[in-house]
Amino acid sequence: MNTENEILDILDIADSIDDGSQQYLTFELDSEHYGVEILRVQEIKGWGAVTSIPNTPEHVCGVLNLRGVIVPIIDLRLLFGMPFNAYTKTTVVVVLKVEGITDRIVGIVVDAVSDAYNVHPDMISNAPDLGSIVDTSFIKGIADIDECMLMLLDIDKLLSVEQIG
Amino acid sequence: MSIDVTQFHGVFFEESFEGLDIMETGLLSMSQGEIDDDTVNGIFRAAHSIKGGAGTFGFSHISEFTHGLETLLDQIRNGEREATHEVIETLLSAVDTLREMLTAVQSSSDVDEEKVAQVSHALEKILDDTVAETGVNSEDTSVADSDESGTTETNTQQQSWLIHFKPLPHLLQTGNEPIRMFRELAELGELTVSVNDEELPPFTDLDPEICYFSWELTLTGEMDEAEINEVFEWVDGDCELTIERLQENEASDLPELLQEQQSHDKPEVVEAISQPMATDNDSIVVEAPSKTPIKSDAAPKKKTVSSDASTASIRVGTDKVDSLVNLVGELVITQSMLGQIGDNFDVSMLPQLIDGLEQLERNTRELQESIMRIRMLPISFVFNRFPRLVHDMTSKLGKQVELVLTGEQTELDKTVMEKIGDPLVHLVRNSLDHGLETPEKRLAANKSETGVLKLNAYHQGGNIVIEISDDGAGLNEEKILQKAIEKGLVEPNESLSPEKIHELIFLPGFSTADQVSDLSGRGVGMDVVRKNINSLGGAVEVKSESGVGSTFTIRLPLTLAIMDGQIIQVADQRYIIPLISIIESVEVDISKVKKVTGKGELYKIRDEYVPLIRLRNVFNLDGGIEDLEHGLLVIVDCEDYKIGLFVDELLAQQQVVIKSLETNFRKVKGLAGATILGDGTVALILDIAGVMAMHKEPALIKQTSLKSVV
Repeated sequence: MNTENEILDILDIADSIDDGSQQYLTFELDSEHYGVEILRVQEIKGWGAVTSIPNTPEHVCGVLNLRGVIVPIIDLRLLFGMPFNAYTKTTVVVVLKVEGITDRIVGIVVDAVSDAYNVHPDMISNAPDLGSIVDTSFIKGIADIDECMLMLLDIDKLLSVEQIG
Repeated sequence: MSIDVTQFHGVFFEESFEGLDIMETGLLSMSQGEIDDDTVNGIFRAAHSIKGGAGTFGFSHISEFTHGLETLLDQIRNGEREATHEVIETLLSAVDTLREMLTAVQSSSDVDEEKVAQVSHALEKILDDTVAETGVNSEDTSVADSDESGTTETNTQQQSWLIHFKPLPHLLQTGNEPIRMFRELAELGELTVSVNDEELPPFTDLDPEICYFSWELTLTGEMDEAEINEVFEWVDGDCELTIERLQENEASDLPELLQEQQSHDKPEVVEAISQPMATDNDSIVVEAPSKTPIKSDAAPKKKTVSSDASTASIRVGTDKVDSLVNLVGELVITQSMLGQIGDNFDVSMLPQLIDGLEQLERNTRELQESIMRIRMLPISFVFNRFPRLVHDMTSKLGKQVELVLTGEQTELDKTVMEKIGDPLVHLVRNSLDHGLETPEKRLAANKSETGVLKLNAYHQGGNIVIEISDDGAGLNEEKILQKAIEKGLVEPNESLSPEKIHELIFLPGFSTADQVSDLSGRGVGMDVVRKNINSLGGAVEVKSESGVGSTFTIRLPLTLAIMDGQIIQVADQRYIIPLISIIESVEVDISKVKKVTGKGELYKIRDEYVPLIRLRNVFNLDGGIEDLEHGLLVIVDCEDYKIGLFVDELLAQQQVVIKSLETNFRKVKGLAGATILGDGTVALILDIAGVMAMHKEPALIKQTSLKSVV
């Protein structure tokens, strides 16, 4: 990221104070771009060994010790039914705060984190209905950023206990 | 400026529920005839706080309801009304209703309006009855009363009061404002105020936050001392206050007043002299202002509340916190010492490093112990609910039962405490319903009419033992056996030892009550009790002797948060088995492995066959030792059952801190939780009963793995 971009980012943040736009952290899975509300991101960390939990679905990688808290790690590719990618040094775990009946901390494994964007509500269009091919209920909306389609995830739905259990 | 008061709601509810507990305990002790001022005052104070709090937060229906309750309590406090059985029962149901109302507000649900109306009507009815009695108290006796017992006077005739009010310097800093109090007094009657500004320093030395004044107030009108005291209630302890009744408005002539009073009220003066604290009139007002003469009854009240608060609250004592702070201080010192060693380390510093690490270990252990102590609460938290339960049930059942609680101060981990409540209630209900007999039967059996139910708690080793014993009829062995045969649990001709028969009651669906009452015997019986206690890592057993009584003994681990664990290796995974459930570990002698229908495996250890469970199969693990001869068999105890867990290897034994998987994930079959090992990785703790269930029911494993296809 060059300095010009950084300055633009800072300006963006300043602009965003009033106009109701929200910042999204974006990441990639294959060449698809996804975004999660940045305020829900607790931290981003590199992939580390996890302890797998027996008899859980494939997408549950296991649990991790995050400063004394036991955090489940979900492989988003597998949750979406995409082919498995071996974990490498660049594999990233995004630790999210999921709200539900009780608030939980859940980590998701993604290919790479790309950027943070300001997304104004006006820029968001409704999630597409792809019928039975793909369940899109966990997509909050779609935004076009720099000619690139960004799918904004509703992590509370996506990572609910029923979904990941 | 507006303050968001909702942030204080939590505290209000907590305090109110504590208050209700105090009221309930007090009322129950009153119903047993122990009526003393402290108790009544404690109850009154609790009701008053709830009323005040509810008013502040705008829960007007609660404060209105409490008002009636408070009025009635006030009358009892003043000795105007006798605390009859009926009155106490009404008060108890009012406490219940109040608790329901608070719960409803807390969860923003609806209250049972009808019940509230009913109870408040009952309160009003009692209150109406009093009206006739109020006037009875003669002036003389009431004056004597007010001095002697600290209760307040009830005379409502036109009279004058001399109030000497000297705030301590910090009064203003507590947020109290004398002017408001005077305004309130002025509403009671005609008020004259004279200020004493002798202590006012020169302007340059004046601290605006300090109160330098004292006041002499004369109040004339129809009020009693209680009303005046109420005005000063919130500043009690922050001021010197004397309230005296003046005879015939002679406020201006004090010496004469003294004389006059002596001649008028001889008994009062004698009383006053014999009690240096409870002083009489002006001489003392001038000479000994440091004490609080003719005190408002707040002093004894306060004592009751604070002594109760230590048991009726989950707040942590400052001493425990202080010791923690000290320990953390030591830990920081050790840490900085180790840091220094690490900065420029060479081999010559090894002894220092070892010293430092030892110190660190000691600090950690002490810190751990202190922190565990914070989680420990006296078991009275659970025991406290029983007097009420017994009171209610015995009156319903027409039995006479004396409840004896011992060892209430025995400390127990908070988590265990929360989970042991229901099983205990169940056992107590059972004892009352099935165990203890009706007075007639007891008399017929040559026992005293009143049955005794004892609850006892004590420490034994690393366990806490809770005993529930009664001197009732004991378990009806014949009936139990008959029922067991009926259910096909026991062969008709089988002869069982009494102990075995007693054990039968812990089997599912066992209820021997002749008829199902609303009190117990709904079929959810002792099996649930045993299951709950087992899930806490404890055990329950029963001893019974026909005609003499029965005793249930519950053994529980002191804490759930930390336990001793055995780390085992299966395939590439490490798991922890609670050490308490391990009986022994053996190398497998292949000749002792017996196959059942070619699939199930049993292992013969001494004279017993135990099911052999391969953990790697139960947990669907790849790799790991398949050949029985190369692994180890850990024999574990599971609900009186023995099973052999086949593992690759035994690793270290260590204390582990139990962390819940449910916090961020969900409950996983076969796992009790997780912990963090020394190297920072997570290890899962086995739930032996769960593993057993999965072994028995392979569908449980399949189900979960099917999901992974989705």
